[in-house]
Amino acid sequence: MTGQFASVDEDLTGRENLYLFSRLFGLSRRDSRVRTRHLLDAFELEGAGDRQVKTYSGGMRRRLDIAAGIIITPDIIFLDEPTTGLDPRSRNQVWSIIRALVAGGTTVLLTTQYLEEADQLADRIAVIDHGRIIAEGTSSELKEQVGSGVLNIQLKESSDRDGAARLLSGAFEDPVEYTADQASLAIRISDPERASEVIAHLCREGVAVVGYSYGRPSLDEVFLALTGHEAETDLS
Amino acid sequence: MNRSTTTEMDVRLKEALAFSPRTVRTGPVGASFVFCRRALLKIKHVPEQMFDVTIFPIMFTLMFTYLFGGALAGSTGDYLQFLLPGILVQSVTFLTVYTGFGLNTDIDKGVFDRIRSLPVWRPSAVVGALLADTVRYSIASLVTIVLGLVLGYRPAGGVVGVVLAVLVLLVFSFCLSWIWTLLGLILRTPSSVMGVSMMILFPLTFISNIFVDPGTMPPILQAFVAVNPISLLVRAVRGLMDGTSALTDTFRALAAGGVCVAIFGPVTMYVYGRKQ
Repeated sequence: MTGQFASVDEDLTGRENLYLFSRLFGLSRRDSRVRTRHLLDAFELEGAGDRQVKTYSGGMRRRLDIAAGIIITPDIIFLDEPTTGLDPRSRNQVWSIIRALVAGGTTVLLTTQYLEEADQLADRIAVIDHGRIIAEGTSSELKEQVGSGVLNIQLKESSDRDGAARLLSGAFEDPVEYTADQASLAIRISDPERASEVIAHLCREGVAVVGYSYGRPSLDEVFLALTGHEAETDLS
Repeated sequence: MNRSTTTEMDVRLKEALAFSPRTVRTGPVGASFVFCRRALLKIKHVPEQMFDVTIFPIMFTLMFTYLFGGALAGSTGDYLQFLLPGILVQSVTFLTVYTGFGLNTDIDKGVFDRIRSLPVWRPSAVVGALLADTVRYSIASLVTIVLGLVLGYRPAGGVVGVVLAVLVLLVFSFCLSWIWTLLGLILRTPSSVMGVSMMILFPLTFISNIFVDPGTMPPILQAFVAVNPISLLVRAVRGLMDGTSALTDTFRALAAGGVCVAIFGPVTMYVYGRKQ
């Protein structure tokens, strides 16, 4: 079990932490030393092994924490938001570790707020909203459940956005949404062939479109569609 | 992202995961010693925490000897002869509160949850911490006794008496610590553990026979001093160091310690097992 916050001893070094946990898991003194060295090596902590954990970065701490959890390769490991607050490089390292665990036959139960992470790593995803499972399945199954794909349209002028949204709402029944980018909007359409009609319509009406993309919905969109309300909710 | 680093890491990860070391379930004693070692390593890394076991005993001994000595016993030399065993007890019992403080800090940081998920005898974490504290108590005892000898204290009980007195003191302190471990589990912050512990410990050590002969106290205080376990301990330690017959007092002091563990040990472990 590893928690969201590293539960290793901050006053001790990484090596001492792993050694003591190895001893508690029942390894002999010699095996504990060897195992500690292997794990520090595998988790790229060999250089920091003799430093106190309180001097570690967030990513190093998280790696040490996971290392302490797999001294004995477990059948199942619970990871509670293992990448929260990590930089992209550290996040990728933790992802590599999780993939290696899964490849080694360990069942990983991972909670995360980042749906991209679930999409990348998970075989099965359960979406929890206000403490209840509201959907469960593979990433593809969840996406199909929502059905429609999303056409993202990049406009030349952000001032055109309101006008473009009105045009599309008038011409098509599909829901139109604003995206974070001031100069772009999205329309949810079930049939990819409709995409060209939408773009053609905008061009005919004189709206300058600089780019567009059509894709299956991201898990973020699935989550919002499933929960039916905005993202203040907690995925845990 | 450096791809080669990742793949290299992947290979080493795979190796690390494929390796399954032979394990023998760690017994209660073994596990306790591992936790003891953990606490001793913490002392190594945070040597500042040794201030309390070195400076405090020196401060207490000097302060009380020269503050009260002349007024209470006519001369500081005579008072020191009376005070030293008592101040030894006070110095060490004050150190016992750090156990509860340390346990509470562990809970605060989540180390506690990790420890509880390990396949070892539950109380070993607490027992190990207490064993390590015994090392701290020994250092404090040594500092106090050496300072006493330098100032002119002469134990009539000789080396044997002094060693026996310290042993009784260590056993008693180990027993007393269970009160603070319980507080460490119940109270919510490390600083409140410190506060409440001191609130209990101050009257316990001052309303005793450490500093003065209780003969001049009002009856109500005398009654308290008579049953105060610290007083029992001080009588035992004083007897052993002075070389007077102290068998009954030693037995009483150890019995008081035993009662303490018998009450607070199981309660501590009960709370420890249910703590969320």
